[in-house]
Amino acid sequence: MKQWKRFKDSYFLHSFKHDRVAIASFVVLLTLILLSILAPAIAPHNPYDTSSIDIMDAEIPPSWMEEGNPDFILGTDIQGRDLLSTMLYGMRLSVMIGCGAVALQAIIGIFIGMISGYMGGKVDAFLMRIADVQLSFSTLMVAIMISAIFQVAFGVGRYEELAVPLLVLIIGLAEWPQYARTVRASVLGEKNKEYVEAARVIGLSSRRIRWRHILPNTMSPVLVISTIQVANAVMSEAALSFLGLGMPVTKPSLGSLINSGFEYIFSGSWWITLFPGILLVVFVLVINLLGDWLRDVLNPKLYKG
Amino acid sequence: MGHLLEVKDLEVKFALRMGDLTAINGVSFTLDRGERLGLVGESGAGKSVTGFAIINLISKPGYISGGSVIFDDRDLTGLTGEGMRHIRGNLISMIFQDPMMTLNPVLTIGTQMVETLQAHMNISRKDAEHIALEKLRMVQIPSPEKRLQQYPHEFSGGMRQRIVVAIALLADPALIIADEPTTALDVTIQAEIMELLLELCKSEGTGLILITHDLAVVSQVTQKIAVMYAGKIVEAGLTEDIIDNPLHPYTQGLIKALPDGRNPGTRLNQIPGVMPSLIDIPPGCSFHPRCTIRGDICRYESPALREIPGYRNMAACHMLGLKKEPTEKDRAE
Amino acid sequence: MFAFAVRRITQAIIVMLVIGLLGFSIKQKIGDPVRDIVGVSVSVAERDALREKLGLNDPFPVQYVRFIKNAVHGDLGMSFFFKRPTLEVILAKAPATLELVFASSLIIILLSIPLGIYTAINPRNMPSRIIMGGSIVGVSIPVFLTAIILIYIFAVELHWLPSYGRGETVNIWGWESGFLTLDGLKHLILPSIALSSIMLPLFIRLIRSEMMETLETEYVKFAWAKGLSRWRIWFLHAFKNTLLPVITVGGVQLGILIAYTILTETVFQWQGMGFMFLEAVERSDTSLLVAYIIVVGALFVVVNTIVDIIYGLVNPTIRITGRK
Repeated sequence: MKQWKRFKDSYFLHSFKHDRVAIASFVVLLTLILLSILAPAIAPHNPYDTSSIDIMDAEIPPSWMEEGNPDFILGTDIQGRDLLSTMLYGMRLSVMIGCGAVALQAIIGIFIGMISGYMGGKVDAFLMRIADVQLSFSTLMVAIMISAIFQVAFGVGRYEELAVPLLVLIIGLAEWPQYARTVRASVLGEKNKEYVEAARVIGLSSRRIRWRHILPNTMSPVLVISTIQVANAVMSEAALSFLGLGMPVTKPSLGSLINSGFEYIFSGSWWITLFPGILLVVFVLVINLLGDWLRDVLNPKLYKG
Repeated sequence: MGHLLEVKDLEVKFALRMGDLTAINGVSFTLDRGERLGLVGESGAGKSVTGFAIINLISKPGYISGGSVIFDDRDLTGLTGEGMRHIRGNLISMIFQDPMMTLNPVLTIGTQMVETLQAHMNISRKDAEHIALEKLRMVQIPSPEKRLQQYPHEFSGGMRQRIVVAIALLADPALIIADEPTTALDVTIQAEIMELLLELCKSEGTGLILITHDLAVVSQVTQKIAVMYAGKIVEAGLTEDIIDNPLHPYTQGLIKALPDGRNPGTRLNQIPGVMPSLIDIPPGCSFHPRCTIRGDICRYESPALREIPGYRNMAACHMLGLKKEPTEKDRAE
Repeated sequence: MFAFAVRRITQAIIVMLVIGLLGFSIKQKIGDPVRDIVGVSVSVAERDALREKLGLNDPFPVQYVRFIKNAVHGDLGMSFFFKRPTLEVILAKAPATLELVFASSLIIILLSIPLGIYTAINPRNMPSRIIMGGSIVGVSIPVFLTAIILIYIFAVELHWLPSYGRGETVNIWGWESGFLTLDGLKHLILPSIALSSIMLPLFIRLIRSEMMETLETEYVKFAWAKGLSRWRIWFLHAFKNTLLPVITVGGVQLGILIAYTILTETVFQWQGMGFMFLEAVERSDTSLLVAYIIVVGALFVVVNTIVDIIYGLVNPTIRITGRK
């Protein structure tokens, strides 16, 4: 209860209430996440139920246009699936993969960053070299390479079956350096503070000091980059799906939808690409806006990404 | 008569979200050609801001909200950007506190000196370098020709400050404003730099406003002193008068607080309390909560800087010059 | 400076060896060099014989060393699909990608510097807010979507610019260039705009934030106190200091541009290395895949090392004393 009161009185909440952009973004984000979680319940059709899909329904334009069908509000895609439903399910996949990947990155990155920062010396130099090199390759490149290799190794069919966990794994592996470096920087700063020395003097083990004492104090920058990393993860997943290295056409995410709709732009079916595109952009945009606001509030100079 | 510089009722405010805060509240003083004035006070008293206000270089959100700065019969507060630019570095130079941060790390000393001259007069690079070398010799930097090609990080702290002094002297200004010029340096170097500054001002006839919290330095270098407290001048006068015979209780406290070389091992005298921050300036005389001779009037009326009968100093105090009643201080002795 | 450069180059070589090792391991596990050479319709006996001849039954380290030796001589295996050495295939496609990256970098540098400086000097006025707002939106739109939108507007609807391919190219000593023909240039416009759209906002924000920090420093204040002109203060005193961090971050980002070329080339059917990479994935052409990874890896390492060395040259503290 005391925590809640502290939160209510905090500068954090005050700043939030006064920043219209932050509020608007938060509301939109919450709505989108809710919609995606409830997708199975609220989507007018089930895009995964192959029996309900009729290929004859393919490429129907949105309902407000001439050849539209009120049954399919935003039109249908090339396989005859209702676009709106597929988009909702697709966003759900994006949210799942995004959060999963970020959780994985965070666990790996925080662990490595903590060890690296706390131990210093050769261990630190070695781990950070790896992180630097991986970062210099750009996480997107690493993700593409890993997924390419997996796809060739497992074969397309198997790959598609395991797509969701594989994507979480791939994006998680590609992006851990960001967390590692952030946590390491924090740890280096905290390591020399008095409470650490006090804990050592009392005789607490290194491990305990690391995880129970230092870690909570490094959470602030971790929180800031987490929002941005979720946005990155969603974008990475969309990019991979667009390239055919991500979610398959049978269980499409927003990226795969954009991909499948791309060829049909020239023949006039613009909605298949446009609507998923808009949804993706709005989703990533609000996360970025919130991330920006969070960064300004928690520490203006911390994350220059 | 024509003073070189006359600051009259200068007011500086800071425009913050919660309202405007007054940092300088009616400061006035004069400076003649070749005179050296010490602006003394604790951190936060407003002395640096006063220095910056003279050349209109106060960091946002600060701004000059009232008063005038008359330099050579021109009111600087009314000048535009371009007008002010001609004064800065040319007629009035400024020396900052930390030479490590003052010089641009990615430009050579030569560049930083030549550009100052070229900004104010039509002069070739060769000629400008000539002058730069001359000034470097004046501040006693050995092998100045080599130095022009070097970068700031290649010099020690003391050398860097000498270079900054040299830059200040480049255009032969009429006035130098030195903001805590030796605070960031080693103690041994401090004396050297201060002596150098003193010699040069004397030989070139340059006016000097020395902004510092160090009374000892001020007593050696300046001819006049103005003591600042919470944005106002509380006492002003000739250096020897202020040091030997301070009138204002704050000044007395400052002098008393200096370690007494004659009686080593005795306790240092402290003025109880702390100087108020801008947000909480007490009503009436800003010093009254800490003052030993305060009277009732001090609580609600702010004293103006005035001549105290019988003395040469000017002080801002209600209680001075009145019939001598026994004060708390007298009673304690 | 010299010591600094030597250290960086040594690091670069080590990283390259590691990449080589990774690439080689992948090849071992997934690839089938025999198939690469003779195709699939060959008897088991012949395959075994070929394996022996190629030394494919030798221990791992031996094969690795052989691999490195070959790589240094330019032999990175044979492409199964193209029936040519992989390096040859890659080099043939490289000019397309490099020209695209070059054009995009040009756009980014030419636009981000003035916009970044402007928004740093005037952080709160209307044009600055619009620019900053636009850049957040820009960062949120994936490259491929920007590309698609550009194609839709300029090619499909307006018919001003072509929607795919490189157009006419001119062959200069083996380098197929699109810069020398009007048609080639027209084809270059949309892809390079699309490619720069992700990095441009990043650079603007980077330059802006670094510049704003620099503008608050003591030495900039001192420059004002010396009475220097605004332009000199902004563009020399402030900007030169901004350059240093911008180069480090920026240099690496430019290398990352290569990753995004894969996405852009796909949309525009731009016959560059990225497009080739995807096709290799589809065709399970492992050798080509691995060769691409190694070549691109090398490119990244080279770019980063060059950026580090340039940084060392520009930053006087390193140049003179060699320390970092």
